Amino acid sequence: MAKKYDAGVKDYRETYWMPDYTPKETDLLACFKITPQAGVPREEAAAAVAAESSTGTWTTVWTDLLTDLDYYKGRAYAIEDVPGDDSCFYAFIAYPIDLFEEGSVVNVFTSLVGNVFGFKAVRALRLEDVRFPIAYVMTCNGPPHGIQVERDMMNKYGRPMLGCTIKPKLGLSAKNYGRAVYECLRGGLDFTKDDENVNSQPFMRWRQRFDFVMDAIDKAERETGERKGHYLNVTAPTPDEMFKRAEYAKEIGAPIIMHDYITGGFCANTGLAQWCADNGVLLHIHRAMHAVLDRNPHHGIHFRVLTKILRLSGGDHLHTGTVVGKLEGDRASTLGWIDLLREPYVKEDRSRGIFFDQDWGAMPGAFAVASGGIHVWHMPALVTIFGDDSVLQFGGGTLGHPWGNAAGAAANRVALEACVEARNQGVAIEKEGKEVLTKAAANSPELKIAMETWKEIKFEFDTVDKLDVAHK
Amino acid sequence: MSAMQDYKSSLADVTSRKFETFSYLPEMDAERIRKQVEYIVSKGWNPAIEHTEPENAFDHYWYMWKLPMFGETDIDTILAEAEACHKAHPNNHVRLIGFDNYAQSKGAEMVIFRGNPV
Repeated sequence: MAKKYDAGVKDYRETYWMPDYTPKETDLLACFKITPQAGVPREEAAAAVAAESSTGTWTTVWTDLLTDLDYYKGRAYAIEDVPGDDSCFYAFIAYPIDLFEEGSVVNVFTSLVGNVFGFKAVRALRLEDVRFPIAYVMTCNGPPHGIQVERDMMNKYGRPMLGCTIKPKLGLSAKNYGRAVYECLRGGLDFTKDDENVNSQPFMRWRQRFDFVMDAIDKAERETGERKGHYLNVTAPTPDEMFKRAEYAKEIGAPIIMHDYITGGFCANTGLAQWCADNGVLLHIHRAMHAVLDRNPHHGIHFRVLTKILRLSGGDHLHTGTVVGKLEGDRASTLGWIDLLREPYVKEDRSRGIFFDQDWGAMPGAFAVASGGIHVWHMPALVTIFGDDSVLQFGGGTLGHPWGNAAGAAANRVALEACVEARNQGVAIEKEGKEVLTKAAANSPELKIAMETWKEIKFEFDTVDKLDVAHK
Repeated sequence: MSAMQDYKSSLADVTSRKFETFSYLPEMDAERIRKQVEYIVSKGWNPAIEHTEPENAFDHYWYMWKLPMFGETDIDTILAEAEACHKAHPNNHVRLIGFDNYAQSKGAEMVIFRGNPV
């Protein structure tokens, strides 16, 4: 039965609040944490978010009647209290899959977190989680290689991999920079990394950096007999420039390159990930700017959503926080998004902040990268928390060794291998970490000195963004 | 704080050559090897033995010592195969592998007998 056109403004909830709706397997589901303006009922606020993130606009327009808006609209189907916080609530919204272009996280998030975050009816808004239906997942490229393929390419099995970000992050010449890389790799690291803000500055243009770093990799491989890599950062001002640098990295035989997926943008990242798959170059992903989006518990986008974006857009490594180091993140929550990055199927688990079952189908998982403020004393905890499918990156914890990078690298490698061996033997390494490391140091003067150097350092600031379940 | 030490590693010094997991720890004795075999079995992985001349250790493919021991859970049987490979190729690196057929990867891989460095 055709409807009559009726100009004006009507309550969102008349159209977009559907508490009896049962989401379809193909729907894209979102959980928003909404802090409404005073006096706005929950149902109205939830419906407003559903409307503004899908088909709605502030007034009725006649062209609405040329389509079937009841089919295309987002549906607010449930509301829940936020444990321990009465200022806000969770709203669950279902979107029909037809609203989104296939294989485009750009399009999904332009819709989901576009206009609605500035919308007046809400004081603050946070996207807590998104369930991507398997039908949509299958349209995305995902990680160019994934964990299993990278292990085979790099010949690293049965342990986490070791990395290090080269410091100082700015100001080194390309040749001195390559020296720092070489020292780390010959000492036993698997990877070194460009800092995120190393792109192609006047003090070190990308071309010379790539050449000298590749020389360092080649020599370290011949010297140690092990496979090595350095994440050559190809993040660039334009996509053309990014691809130019990627092509050169491939030409000189670099096994892995790097991109910043948030500042670089999802469009560039998805294109680069496709290029990496086509060209057999691994892709390390840094997350600069994430804390702008994910740190405020009431506004923004939770990192578990940013993790899902990256897995769909493509990357073989992603920085996930360390739990133990100086940076943000609590343990259960971090374990939740690490699973979302690596596992084929993740069940809803509110104790880890996971609001939906997520099926990844055949999409490969990516390595979790723990980087920032960590050193040998953290090794037992890192191995326990992150398991084998991870890259543990010690920047200061390698370069700050009193005997230099090679000794620092060797200390980390010995500590890692001692922890993995003890874990395999059934030792509770987090509890008995000191004994494990002390025993290993008996055969490694480098580790002994590292343990003396960093013994007292601890970072124990409370986290700003805790899981909501922990608030009460 | 001890005096600074040089990091001894070079192209000329063949003992600088490593061979991935656990090669930065002292060479394994029988007791440590047994523990790792127990770990592989406890994970439900398929044990296997491979070996190579040390100068070819960088290659992806080493020589298989027979076929992987699919479904083998007897620790002594697995250790006996490793010993037999070592005896037959005393100058070669011998590695122990745990094939994880669900991950389609190796859950574990380590050199348990070290060949003569070259």
